[in-house]
Amino acid sequence: MSLALRVIPCLDVDNGRVVKGVNFANLRDAGDPVELARAYGQAGADELVFLDISASSSNRETTLEMVRRAADEIFIPLTVGGGVRTPEDVDRLLRSGADKVGINTAGLANPDLISEASRRFGNQCIVLSVDVRRSTDAASGFEATTHGGRQSSGRDALEWIVEAVERGAGEILLNSMDADGTKAGFDIELITKVRAAVNVPIIASGGAGKVEDFYPAVQAGANALLAASVFHFGQITIAEVKSELSSHNVVVR
Amino acid sequence: MTDVVILDYGSGNLRSAQRALESTGVSVTVTSDFEAALNADGLVVPGVGAFSACMTGFNSVRGAQIIERRLAGGKAVLGICVGMQIMFDSSTEHLDTDGEQANWTGISQWPGVVEKLQAKVLPHMGWNTVTSPEQSLMFAGLENERFYFVHTYAVTRWTLKPEGAFRAPLVTWTNYEQDFVAAVENGPLWATQFHPEKSGPAGLRLLQNWVDTL
Repeated sequence: MSLALRVIPCLDVDNGRVVKGVNFANLRDAGDPVELARAYGQAGADELVFLDISASSSNRETTLEMVRRAADEIFIPLTVGGGVRTPEDVDRLLRSGADKVGINTAGLANPDLISEASRRFGNQCIVLSVDVRRSTDAASGFEATTHGGRQSSGRDALEWIVEAVERGAGEILLNSMDADGTKAGFDIELITKVRAAVNVPIIASGGAGKVEDFYPAVQAGANALLAASVFHFGQITIAEVKSELSSHNVVVR
Repeated sequence: MTDVVILDYGSGNLRSAQRALESTGVSVTVTSDFEAALNADGLVVPGVGAFSACMTGFNSVRGAQIIERRLAGGKAVLGICVGMQIMFDSSTEHLDTDGEQANWTGISQWPGVVEKLQAKVLPHMGWNTVTSPEQSLMFAGLENERFYFVHTYAVTRWTLKPEGAFRAPLVTWTNYEQDFVAAVENGPLWATQFHPEKSGPAGLRLLQNWVDTL
């Protein structure tokens, strides 16, 4: 008996549609988040992450509707992030069927949001989503960024992660902006540092390119592994990742 | 048609539980209405977040009375996650928080204390296996399946022994660096520490097993 390591596909959604090309076999509509979510559920995904990248807040209602449709059909945990600014935003997402809500930029601007949301809804549903890049200005060598890695937040990433956990974040979605898109493997140095600093689950994100990339992230201390494009384009399957992890005696579902 | 009420006494995702139960062919209402909760064929007591906050919400809808009356009449109740924890005597969660909210007393359907797990990484979050008794109705057809857990506190010691005319409840265990109670079947009162509504096809089958008893 033991807890299985989680493998999680991430879907970027704009105005209720999946963006970034998705090339998943046998889908009638590859841009439909619900259809993709269903396919991933059947393919062995342990959870799903929806990242709402809509620039306009008028698209938020569309996102809620998408979450409702997904939650009505897919009975695995759903995390939704992107544009969450207030406890009311968290409440609306949870009531629409999200199980966990990712807080990123708004948390950096207003750390009390994390405290208040975790007090109201429980730390198990508040995920600190943090986009990290290397910086010589930061004491730990890593800084937290905003706007998808384009702007510095001025905060040391490790210090921010520790503060967010103290404020009640129950999980860290740790996205390495340096590794993101490189397909050269997860950011082992970053995962190792964060693992040493906090005792909440870590979802490692950014850099997955091939099945062999996943196990080193587990060794570094990740409790869950997230990837987007390699799954969407069918370069590797969730089953292949789990089989590789299994060969290293990592427990998977 | 069999009808199930999900007791609405706080915030959180009740939609998944509603849809998952509907998929078993019952009609489901999410409400805090006392009479509706009393009279439904089955009552689900959900619960996420802090124990004390849940108890405050639960008390505000006269939850304990609802449970007592239903169980006295042999009517089914299913507690999920914190909805299971509040069936025990108390929680030690106040020792780890600011202590302002002192609602750490449960409704004592079973003796036991809900305590913080000792694991290195908390919450216990993800899919875990369980060990259930052979006679279990809840886990019929679900041997070797995994269920989705997300919690930091749990009941690690089960002290209730069979006595006189009472049959001992069936207790299902799981392990995350230590053993703790994953589920209990006790006549009309069932409860799970994990989330069947988030546990894929295995979770839906478990809910079907419960609905079949209604």
